[in-house]
Amino acid sequence: MSESLAITKFSDLANPTRFLALAARILPWMAAVTAILFAVGLYMSFSTEGDYQQGQTVKIMYIHVPAAWLSMMCYTVMALSAIGTLVWRHPLADVSHKAAAPLGAAFTLIALATGSLWGKPMWGTWWVWDARLTSVFILFLMYLGLIALNRAMDDPSRAARVSAILILVGFVNIPIMKFSVDWWNTLHQPASVIRMGGSTIDAEFLWPLLVMALAFTLLFFTLHVMAMRNEIWRRRVTAQRRMAARLAGRDNVR
Amino acid sequence: MRLIAENLSARRGEDLLFQGISFALEAGECLILTGRNGSGKSTLLRVIAGLLRQETGKVTWHSAKAESDMRAAEACHYLGHRNAMKAELTVAENLSFWKSLFGDFEGGRGMSVGEAAEAVGLGGIAHLPFGYLSAGQQRRMAFAKLLVSHRPVWILDEPTAALDVTAEEVFTTLIKAHLAEGGIVLAATHQPLGLEDARELKMVGFAGVMEEVW
Amino acid sequence: MTALLLRDLKLSVRAGGGALIGVLFFITVVAVIPFGVGPDLNLLSRIGPAIVWIGALLSSLLGLDRMFQTDREDGSLDLLLMQEHPLVLTVLVKCLAHWIGNGLPLVIASPLLGLFMNMNEVAIGATMLTLLVGTPALTFIGAVGAAVAVALPRGGLLVSILVLPLAVPVLIFGVGASYAAVEDPAPFMPPFLILVAITMFFAVLGPLGAALALRNAND
Repeated sequence: MSESLAITKFSDLANPTRFLALAARILPWMAAVTAILFAVGLYMSFSTEGDYQQGQTVKIMYIHVPAAWLSMMCYTVMALSAIGTLVWRHPLADVSHKAAAPLGAAFTLIALATGSLWGKPMWGTWWVWDARLTSVFILFLMYLGLIALNRAMDDPSRAARVSAILILVGFVNIPIMKFSVDWWNTLHQPASVIRMGGSTIDAEFLWPLLVMALAFTLLFFTLHVMAMRNEIWRRRVTAQRRMAARLAGRDNVR
Repeated sequence: MRLIAENLSARRGEDLLFQGISFALEAGECLILTGRNGSGKSTLLRVIAGLLRQETGKVTWHSAKAESDMRAAEACHYLGHRNAMKAELTVAENLSFWKSLFGDFEGGRGMSVGEAAEAVGLGGIAHLPFGYLSAGQQRRMAFAKLLVSHRPVWILDEPTAALDVTAEEVFTTLIKAHLAEGGIVLAATHQPLGLEDARELKMVGFAGVMEEVW
Repeated sequence: MTALLLRDLKLSVRAGGGALIGVLFFITVVAVIPFGVGPDLNLLSRIGPAIVWIGALLSSLLGLDRMFQTDREDGSLDLLLMQEHPLVLTVLVKCLAHWIGNGLPLVIASPLLGLFMNMNEVAIGATMLTLLVGTPALTFIGAVGAAVAVALPRGGLLVSILVLPLAVPVLIFGVGASYAAVEDPAPFMPPFLILVAITMFFAVLGPLGAALALRNAND
């Protein structure tokens, strides 16, 4: 009973018009909450003291770690949307993973850039072929490949279906890739890199990090809903233009 | 044996090309699709052949021995705009490849490769590479592909485009023979194929943009 | 299905020497490396297995985009899609034919390149063995890329971009096993068996993904 209700609710939401109405209503709230969380998170990050080893550079972590976490969550969101595309053939799922790909690439780029900036003072070099950095870099390449594929196809629904397949194949591959990169890394440079494990993080650092992670997550969803809205508008405009072209052609014939 | 299409609609890109098309074809019947370019003839044929997904409706195949969940496409031969023959291989190699890949559908047997080439009037040149043949000869050999294995339904998309009158007559004879044996033919065409009691379905094309989605 | 395998093999031999071009590319890529890094034999023998593997990876990408595209262009793909054989099986057979036509020649050519790179017998043998086991994985995973890009007029480059990140594990374990055979402390079998496992995994995932993509990319 309750389950069927939930499904009707979901399919209501999945109607593009309802989605647009809902997006218009909640977007200001989401944006506002995101802004507040960012303000709080940044204040907390900057008011904490620096690490005794790393000094002020540790504050890069408050951007870097949430961005890295988002880069992976975004791929998960895309994989879920891809299932939506392939199984339920829902147009909103198409829009969802198409809109998410550039966002994922952006967050991954932020993670890579901040990681590189953090690496310079810590490791003395801009880039280290550390297992995590390498995996994230491969993820970045996969995002770019998906964006390129989406741009190369002109029929949006077909592009959505084939990129959904590619997203899922990539998703299945992520554990293998992670494992192989870890193996490769231990083979070549036996654990010399200092890592911040979850347990060693001090509570003083943990709270700002959590707030920032929440802020980034909300930022992602705000941007994602906005990008989906734009994509729906774009497709509506395309449909209208197509209609105009066809109707004009029809008048000329008769 | 019947091929039944119910309430078919399909789109190309965002355009809805046709909707609500239904028909039922019994053994020995022929359906000719007519209409101007871009009116959705090819799209309808590809939907029936299972190569394009329809928006609504279904195509089903019924016969005494058919399993209920069989795809209708498995009972069909499809001759599209392209010949599906490799220019690098000889005609005989091409035909025998398709013969062994297709196999025979229940209730009939295909001709041998030599007989099929003979039937389209090109018996002597099956040993040549397909690429050496003229466009008309290539089209005839592509047609011979339908003869090497048995399928009750033939789906023909502009079978006689780029053919001269004699070749057209050959095709008409073969199609008539297929119908006389209890086959079913669906064909899209500009030229009349010379089939007397064929049913005709006129396609008008463009039923609207799929605006309900967006 | 045997007919399909034989037809694809015939085509790969006859169609303008597609297989030969792959091998030539392989040889050329490996042959230019010494011009880049210098003729130091010690260095070459040290990086040899890696270079041969990277060369094989790049050359096996070369012919991938034609895997389904030629069949699509002449309409054969439509007929293959209509048959009652499961499409996954059809794709698997096409992958095998593609590997025999394009991958196997690379494996056979690799010992020659091993000699160019001043590798010893064990390293050459190990590289050849890992290539034999690993290149099918490249074909299988490449089939997904080829099927996804089948409708694109110039899909070749895109296929490479899409496939390369997915091929990283194969490269890592292929090269890893080759080195493990030469360098003492590391055991050869674990990475080699992982490579075998990856190949078998891709033998399932690749044709499944490619078949799904072919059904969806068709129009």
